[in-house]
Order: sequence, then structure tokens, then C-alpha cells
Amino acid sequence: MTIKNLYRETAAALLSNKSRSGLTVLGIVIGIMSVIVMLAVGNGTSSSIQSSIQGLGSNLLTVSAGAARGPGTQVRGSAGSAQSLTVADATAIQDRVSGVANVSPEVSSNQQIVAANANSNSSIYGVQSVYATVHNVEMQEGSFISDKNNQSLSRVVVLGPTLSQDLFGVGAEAIGQTVRFNNLEFTVIGVTKAKGGSGFTNPDSAAYIPLSTAQQMITGNQFVSSIAVEAASADVSQSVQDGITSLLLKRHNITDSTKADFNIQSQASLSSTLSSITTILTYLLAAIASISLIVGGIGIMNMMLTTVTERTKEIGLRKAIGAKKRDISMQFLAEAVALTMVGGIIGVVLGYLISYAVTLTGLLTATVTTSSVLLAVGVSAGIGIVFGYFPARRAANLNPIEALRYE
Amino acid sequence: MIECKNITKVYKNGDEETTVLKGVSFKIEDGEFVAITGPSGSGKSTLMHILGCLDTPTSGSYFLDGRDVSKLSDNQLADVRSNQIGFVFQSFNLLSRTTVMRNVTLPLVYSGVPDAEHDGRAAQALRAAGLPEERWNFKSNQLSGGQIQRVAIARSLVNNPSVIMADEPTGNLDSKTGEIVLGTFQQLNKEHGATIILITHDSDIAHHADRVISIKDGLIIEDKKNTKQKVVDHALL
Repeated sequence: MTIKNLYRETAAALLSNKSRSGLTVLGIVIGIMSVIVMLAVGNGTSSSIQSSIQGLGSNLLTVSAGAARGPGTQVRGSAGSAQSLTVADATAIQDRVSGVANVSPEVSSNQQIVAANANSNSSIYGVQSVYATVHNVEMQEGSFISDKNNQSLSRVVVLGPTLSQDLFGVGAEAIGQTVRFNNLEFTVIGVTKAKGGSGFTNPDSAAYIPLSTAQQMITGNQFVSSIAVEAASADVSQSVQDGITSLLLKRHNITDSTKADFNIQSQASLSSTLSSITTILTYLLAAIASISLIVGGIGIMNMMLTTVTERTKEIGLRKAIGAKKRDISMQFLAEAVALTMVGGIIGVVLGYLISYAVTLTGLLTATVTTSSVLLAVGVSAGIGIVFGYFPARRAANLNPIEALRYE
Repeated sequence: MIECKNITKVYKNGDEETTVLKGVSFKIEDGEFVAITGPSGSGKSTLMHILGCLDTPTSGSYFLDGRDVSKLSDNQLADVRSNQIGFVFQSFNLLSRTTVMRNVTLPLVYSGVPDAEHDGRAAQALRAAGLPEERWNFKSNQLSGGQIQRVAIARSLVNNPSVIMADEPTGNLDSKTGEIVLGTFQQLNKEHGATIILITHDSDIAHHADRVISIKDGLIIEDKKNTKQKVVDHALL
């Protein structure tokens, strides 16, 4: 039997029962479509998580004060509770560790901020001007804390947009207004652009004051809570981390690194942890989706077995007029593969459309990768062969005499 | 030419053995129209399966055109059926919802005749079987019983077989349509020189052939020229 004849026989057989062929194809369409959409959504989720980590400040290392958690101990003092880091440490990191782009020493404190008609409990950060660079802070209006503010111990404050709204109301002019906290008056000089809550703190409801002012007037000492270090690139972030560790151990006269009075968290480790979680989630989604693909495949096998039984007489006739076993099995296998291929193609197209629709909603960018399409098409062809093989073999092995007598 | 030498067929069902054919020998020359007749259970169907190369005998030999086909493999038998034997069945066995042309060309698909020759060969066979040309593109379910059986006869002719095996070809037809089909066989035999083996339990139908072989209990009880052949009136065709 030639390929052309095989193709013609297959088309005729499938078209002679359009509704049944259509429903069987639908099973495969749903399977392939859900695998593609799930993989696309998974990819979209992981890239949006990656980019929001980038948004926190790329290549960022955070050195925070406080004893590192000892082996086997679950309890640890909160960051900043130990007083061990100073501005001098920050300067030393900037000067002595290679691969460091920016260093931002920070003091944090929780304060009740009082405005004329409202108040709010917020995190207040004492910062230098470099903070804006390190943490990607952009201004909506006014200006950020400057070096001059730090030198002159100015009582000025920059508010996050949410905090500004809480204190002064939506759309009200915040700049030039006065807020009070810790029994001191501060003048608002700027409002930051909304960044969205990401990570574990929400920068939109924070307030920033000069570091020197915070040390003098709020904490009353020269220590800092944490030092944010921006590495020149992601590649050097590990060596920068090692450099900071050895520098600070030496400066703090600690010989045993397990007893360090600081610890370093890197954005890179957070990012790799999150991306491995999202990868697992992506595979989980794909695995769930592939269950429907298997169900679709069983649908094909079911239809093919029914077809073989229904067409027993026809198989008998074909054998009587000279069809060999191979001809019969090829014909039924071709029908199964044709069903899955058609289902696969429609599934890929629908998968694309749905992923595009998901992207249009703006929730996340669902990206269909070539590999997921190849996987889906390969799997569908494989399903056709695997689930079509058994019915095809059953058809081929029918005894022509019994098949002709079959009623 | 067909030559059977002492053919037996034994079916085994567990420990029980049933001997259906107990040593059958005969010769059929090219161009003969032979009826094989006998009551049900006589072994005529089994004989037909062996003659049609759908089955092989337990012992004895079967020469088809001088070649022993009694010990061939499944695939070799399929080749023999494809090139040397045409079947006409009681229940027609056309592909449903399929055109006459495609039904008739179906055996060509398996015998590897080039696509370009299909339509010509089918037209030739359909003309020989006497199906009017305006029906050639009808679907099989739009035809009457007699027309369907003519399509089946055309299908059996399309590969120019050595022998046509007709198994109760009139069993599902009324007697008038049956006559037409038998007349078609007579015409093919006389005008085209086709070798035809007609298997039937009905001695009246068997008398349309020019030789009758009677079988009972697995043995030939009579094999003689039919002197009183019923010739179907050409006007009916």
C-alpha cells in the first residue's frame, strides 16, 4: 500500500464518522492546550518573580547586624538588635572590598508618624543619598535625602506614596508640610514613586530621613542596622560577599566565623531559591496538565478499539482481497496518529491564543516557548503511536474467515 | 487451473478433533463454471476457504495454476488472494458510504497497481459486471441489492483473477435479482472465459453452473457435468 493510498484510506475512515472523530480529537486538543498554557503561565510567573527581585535592587547584598544563627539553634535576635555595624564599616567596605559599586549604611526604626489630621505607624529609615541608587528609589515629586541634609543634620523626611496619602489624603500637596515623630518636627521634602510591595517590606509606606539625623536624634548612637552593598555585577556578588565577611571579621576582631556578629543575605541566593521554586511549580502544573493528555490518549485507544470491533467485517474483507497484516496495522495506526496530530495542532494554536489572552489581562506575561510546543507535538504523536498500536495489532491479527462471519 | 489432491481439514478444539474434510480430490480447468453444493455442515464452506486461500488444509495439496499453495505463510496467502482470487460474498461486504468506484478499486490498492490505472481497470470490471455507467459514482448505500452484488462482482474481477469464488452470492437477494446475478456469472463465464466456483446449499441455484460437485460429510458424493443447465434469459440482464 502506498503512502498516498494510506492517507486516502485514513481520511475516508475518519471522515465517515465525523462526530466521533471530532470528540476524540477534542480530548487531545484539551490535553495539549493545557500543557502549553500551564508551561507558558509557569514561565511567565517565574520571569515576573525574577524581575520583581531585580526591582528590589540588582546584585544586592545586605549586611545586617546581629548574631548569625548558631548551628541547631532556631532562635536569633532580630536584625539590628545587636549593635555591631557602623558607618566606618560601610566606608571600609566601599574602600577595601573590590567589585563593590555602592554601599548604603542604614538605620531602621518604627515610629508613630503624626500629621495634622492623621497618623501612621511606619518604618523610618535613616539613609544617605546613595540609598536611592542602591534600592532603585525614584521620586514622584520633590527630592530624595541629599549629602547636604546628612552633613547638616537636617530634620527633613521623604515619604513613600502610600504613607503620604495616609497622612495628607489623596492628591494633597505633601511637600513643605510638617510631620512629627519621636517628639520632633520634620519637613517633607519629597515623595517617592510607587514601587509596589515586594520582598518582605513595603517601600511605599516607609519614610526616609538623613542617616546622621536618625543616629543623633532617634537611636542616639553611631551604630547602623544594616549596610546594603551593591556588587558591580551578579558574577562578582559571591566574591564581594566573601570579601565583606573577611573584612568585617577582621575589623570586629572575630576569629571564628561561626561567631560573626553580622550576617549577609544576598539577593542572588533569594533569587535562585525563588526561581527553583517556580521551576518546580511549572513542572507541577505541566504534570497536572499532562494527566488530561493521558486521558485524551486513552480516549483515542477507546475509539480505535470500538472502531476495530465495528469494522471487523471490513477488516475481514480487506484481508480477503489481499491486505497483509502490515497493511491493516498501518491503516489503523495511521488513523490514531492522524487523530492525535490534528488534535496536537489545534491544541498548540489554542494554547497560543489562550496564553496571549492571559498576557492581555496584564496579570502576567505568559510566554509559549518553542520547547514546550515541540514537547506537546512530540507527546501527541507518541500518544497516537502508543495508544494506537494495541488496537491496530488487534485488527491485524484478526482471522479473515472469522472476521467475515462477524455480525 | 485448480487441482486438489486428497485434501483433509481437522479442527482441534481442546482435546476434541473434528474432521471436516476427509480427503477431497478434484480438478477444475480454466473457463469452467462449477457449483460446489451440499447441506450445511457438509464441509463446503471449509473447502471454499481452502480454495480461496483464506485457510490451509491439514493434509493434502492444492495446486493453483500449477503452484502448491497449501503450505504458504499468511503473507504469501495474502499475495495469492490479491492476484489470483476474486471473492463475492453473500453479504456483499462493500465499504459503506463509499462510492462504487472506490469499492471496486480497493483490491488494486493492496496489489500495488499504479494509481493511474485504477479508474480504467475499474471501468472495465464494472462494464463486465453489467452495472450501468450512471451509477458508478453512487455511494454503496444508494444502490439496490442486485446492483450492490454487481459492484461486488466487479470488485472480484478488477485484478483479473484466475478464479472467482462466489459464496452463496444470491443468499441475501430475492429470486428475480438472484437470477440476474447468476446470469451475470454465466455471461462472465461464456463471454470473458472467467473461471467461477459457486458455493451454495441450493441445488436449484447450483444448476446454473455447467458442472456440479456435491459434498456430504466431508466427502465428494457426486461430481458430474450439468446437462440441464438453467440459462438465464439475456433479456433479464
